[in-house]
Amino acid sequence: MWTQITAVLNDYTFQVVALGTGMLGLISGVVGTYVTLRKESLLGDALSHSALPGIGIGFLLMQRKEFVVLLLGAVVSGLMATGLIQLMSKKSPVKFDSALSVVLSSFFGLGLVIMTIIQRNPNAQQAGLDSFIFGQASAMLTRDVWLIVGASMIMLLLISLFWKEFKIFTFDADYGKTLGFSSRWVNLLLSTMIVLTIILGLEAVGVILISALLIGPSVAARQWSDKLSVVMGLAGIIGAVSGAAGTMISTVGVRIPTGPTIVIVLSIFIVGSLLFSPKRGLIAKRMKFYKKQKAFRQQIRRLEEEQGK
Amino acid sequence: MSSIAEITIIAVIVSIACALPGVFLVLRGTTMVSDAITHTVLLGIVLAFFITRDLNSPLLMVGATLIGVATVWVIEALQRTKLMSNDAAIGVVFPLFFSLAILLITRYTGDVHLDTDSVLMGELVFAPFDRMTLFGIDVGPRALFSMLIILLINVVFISLFYKELKVTTFDAAFAAAIGISPVVIYYGLMTLVSLTAVGAYDSVGSILVVGFMVGPGLTAYLLTYELKKMLGSAVIFAALNSIIGVQAAFAFDTSIAGMIAVLNGLICLTVFIISPKKGLIKNWMLKQKRKEAFDQKLKDTTKR
Repeated sequence: MWTQITAVLNDYTFQVVALGTGMLGLISGVVGTYVTLRKESLLGDALSHSALPGIGIGFLLMQRKEFVVLLLGAVVSGLMATGLIQLMSKKSPVKFDSALSVVLSSFFGLGLVIMTIIQRNPNAQQAGLDSFIFGQASAMLTRDVWLIVGASMIMLLLISLFWKEFKIFTFDADYGKTLGFSSRWVNLLLSTMIVLTIILGLEAVGVILISALLIGPSVAARQWSDKLSVVMGLAGIIGAVSGAAGTMISTVGVRIPTGPTIVIVLSIFIVGSLLFSPKRGLIAKRMKFYKKQKAFRQQIRRLEEEQGK
Repeated sequence: MSSIAEITIIAVIVSIACALPGVFLVLRGTTMVSDAITHTVLLGIVLAFFITRDLNSPLLMVGATLIGVATVWVIEALQRTKLMSNDAAIGVVFPLFFSLAILLITRYTGDVHLDTDSVLMGELVFAPFDRMTLFGIDVGPRALFSMLIILLINVVFISLFYKELKVTTFDAAFAAAIGISPVVIYYGLMTLVSLTAVGAYDSVGSILVVGFMVGPGLTAYLLTYELKKMLGSAVIFAALNSIIGVQAAFAFDTSIAGMIAVLNGLICLTVFIISPKKGLIKNWMLKQKRKEAFDQKLKDTTKR
């Protein structure tokens, strides 16, 4: 077992893939902190599904898998879906989550229609619908990993540059507006970063699980601190560790898919944080409750004794 | 019957069966919970499959429905802890259940026909090949009968508990005050949702089920203020979209469920723009009219 693990650790392919998934975990943990704090967790789910038609059209235009074109298509259709969801939920009595589910499923349906046409066309290569749904971390190339690392670096730079703008608009958008910041630009920048993170993650973990990678780390990290910078840093670390550990488990084991393993590792972090966090954790709350109960009982006993006298 | 006709009938029945509980999901604003359910029933199917070792067993349906209801319970338990926002709870639970299901499938059922692709995407084209025989006579595709039964269950539940569903949907506190438990009705509705999702998964696929539930319901919601009319028009939209969708899918030689989902979305978007009651244009005109009236008033008062 141990020799196996060290052998895997020295394996070049593993190092490449683990760097990719780890970096992906890190950036989605960091960007995801904004998503959960803005209470838009399910937007990630909708965005990842609605990237499919963009990818399909990108493939139809190029007739082969040109990563940058597919990425561009996915970003465009993701942003269109976001716009539609915002329009429907803000300009009419339609509830946010109804708009979300309708847009999600019809974009995904459109993607499915386009993908099926591509796959039935004998001249075209397989567009890889499977790898889109479940992700194929093991098929990540060095080039893809560098793209993930590069894009993540740019996003981290943007976050540090616009730290206070993002912070104001996350916690108190109205206050931000009164200070004279342009809410449109900040929101567009944030949405673009979220879409980009999701699309980078599609190849590694797939359409359904990328939203978990976006939400999970920050939900876990949020239990340990009330400070944005600490939560964000922790979320990045948790995401990175889950990504790398999940990749390792699936490489060492036999027939264990990478994406789901990453999500399961991440879920262990979440459950652990919910239980053991010293301030907000469920166990700590229970203990506090018992302590109060005990103190209260003692007080009553003391009162009774006093009355007995 | 030709296979196109059979496929159309199955599509219509699936759509109506999904649209009925969907109306209540739209009104309650819990459509994303149903999205979670449609993903997690896969875990139920896998677990029940390990016990029965038979893909056609009715136990599969029971197991999957139970996991669907369990999903709702876990989500609610997480929401009650107040440690995360409501939608984050949904987003944390269903990927975990789904991951477990995928892990189990790839690890242990490699040589069994439990194809993750067909579960997620569904393929209506293949539905007529799986026949149901009664006393040695071929009576029709199996999917037709299973969905017909589910549709019947949905209709019976909604007509029996119509009053209860209505009052808990619109005013939960009042319902509780007059002795109707909103919790019981909510779980009843969610049981229907997961049963329908399980039944629909092999013809529609688990990702698109949510569109089949929400699309017609939301379209109807934009057109009327009355629950009965909303149910009726949701059923009509569901049927129309699936009939046109099947034809269009055959014309373009592409995924049927995908095409119906696209139509559901398109019709919903169109109604959202042009609806005479709550549409975008109507709202804009109303705003314009109010603006003019206000301007006029302002002018009148300044003149004086």
